[in-house]
Amino acid sequence: MTQRYWNEKIETMELAEMRKLQSERLVHQVKHMWDNVPYYRKKMEEKGVSPDDIKGLDDLHKLPFLSKADLRDSYPYGMLAMPLSECVRIQSTSGTTGKRVVSFYTQHDIDLWEDCVARAITAAGGTKEDVVQVAYGYGLFTGGAGLHGGSHKVGCLTLPMSSGNTERQIQFMMDLKATILCCTPSYAAYIGETLQEMGYKPEDIPLKAGIFGAEPWTQAMREQIESTLGIKAYDIYGLTETSGPGVAFECCEQSGMHINEDHFIAEIIDPDTGEVLPEGEKGELVFTSITKEAFPLIRYRTRDICVLSRKKCSCGRTLVKMTKPMGRSDDMLIIKGVNVFPSQIEEVLIKDFKAAPNYQIVVDRVGTTDTFEIKVELSDDMFSDTIKDISTLEKKIGADIQQILGIRAKITLVEPKSIPRSEGKAVRVIDKRKLV
Amino acid sequence: MTVKQLSVFVENKPGRLSAVTEALAAADINIRAVSIADTKDFGIMRIIVNDTDKAIAALKENGFIASAANVIAVIADDKPGSMASIMKILYNANISVEYMYAAFLNRDKGSACLILRVDNNENAIEALKDADCKLISEQELSEI
Ligand SMILES: [Zn+2]
Repeated sequence: MTQRYWNEKIETMELAEMRKLQSERLVHQVKHMWDNVPYYRKKMEEKGVSPDDIKGLDDLHKLPFLSKADLRDSYPYGMLAMPLSECVRIQSTSGTTGKRVVSFYTQHDIDLWEDCVARAITAAGGTKEDVVQVAYGYGLFTGGAGLHGGSHKVGCLTLPMSSGNTERQIQFMMDLKATILCCTPSYAAYIGETLQEMGYKPEDIPLKAGIFGAEPWTQAMREQIESTLGIKAYDIYGLTETSGPGVAFECCEQSGMHINEDHFIAEIIDPDTGEVLPEGEKGELVFTSITKEAFPLIRYRTRDICVLSRKKCSCGRTLVKMTKPMGRSDDMLIIKGVNVFPSQIEEVLIKDFKAAPNYQIVVDRVGTTDTFEIKVELSDDMFSDTIKDISTLEKKIGADIQQILGIRAKITLVEPKSIPRSEGKAVRVIDKRKLV
Repeated sequence: MTVKQLSVFVENKPGRLSAVTEALAAADINIRAVSIADTKDFGIMRIIVNDTDKAIAALKENGFIASAANVIAVIADDKPGSMASIMKILYNANISVEYMYAAFLNRDKGSACLILRVDNNENAIEALKDADCKLISEQELSEI
């Protein structure tokens, strides 16, 4: 099978050459920020760094970090690096934590964003012969706009469905023979279940691939989506802060996402100390956008925890790969000295039950020892009228959790809908520990 | 010749049994027999009612997990040794009893009703009938 690239030169560039390109672009970007973003200039001055100190990639660590709090402080125009008259678009987050992020784009920024997404679509096997169904939300959200733009760029027939109205989604998918579906993984799973209920078999569905992102999903969920829709499901990564989806994308190997390093420099840091960690270590992902004009963030802390790898990829791309985020540094719990992410628990529950039931992690401290309990809402499928069966199930979850996390959790099965919801989402973590 | 039994998952915390029975009462369900098996954290409430399907619907509507299973209702004379003889019949027929409890299904004084959940209903029914035990049918149950 011949592997196709959207931009072969960049995607298969030698590391030394890529570092050279990144260094040149970084130097230019730091100067651009210094000249046009007083907020960041002040941060640099406070750290005693000037553009003259940044001669290349090796000096990156000298630069101050940016975080969501900085974006909040500088909202709306404080991080803008181009005159508004040069900007052609904004996109925004839904703003679940604090004030929303508003990101600005010049035409150049839009073009490079779409170029990144085009690489992702190509890596998922897309060509101009394909029919791409974009079922991400359109509007301020970057999902719809990003995949829409990338699909155009590749030359695919683009179905701008936006999210929701599943019946209509399925009708268009079948009638127009959509071959690539782009949406959130949970919506893909829902579309798959609906098709299954309607009696469609995977081979009746015209789709061959899916590009799913914008929310965490597990390997178990990938397998579920792939089997109900009869497709290969590819992950895509991005943040509104760094333009949107397409910062990183999966290739045929499906073992992590290649980062578009000609546009974004990735670092992994220790979330507590800010120290840069060597390749292969788990830590917080930090991005520097080196080509964006209007909203170029330097050393932006994503809060996503992952690992970077430069192991040779069978697809031929030399771009560094990031693992699927294993959690968020602000979600990470340290229980009995072990790092625990709710996503790991979710993965076990999906494995044990096919679909993850609602659950809640309760952490407390008795004396000097942490207590760790996971409440799991029982579903019809899990129920049996004998205590023995339910206890076996409880033990199995406990054993699987212990195997993944290395620590024991008390599993408590609870009645449906008994875990408190907040805005429709179950409250996942209750940490009662008072650390004084 | 089996009767339907309803099983409901209940957490071990105050008010849950009352919530189950209230949901059944509101649906006008008559409880004929009840037993609770419990662990430290949860229990399974097993109930024989006059209308199992309606009872399951009512419980699900109230957010409970409930299911139905076929169990055997056998009449035992209310005298020493009668339960032992039923157990012996089942043991000899190689049937294992997962659980059992007594029900308030007495039509006349001098007899008691046992609800049995066994690993093989068919064989158990045959063995009990061969030994001339009296079983209660779903039909009879609804008429009591
Ligand atoms: Zn690859």
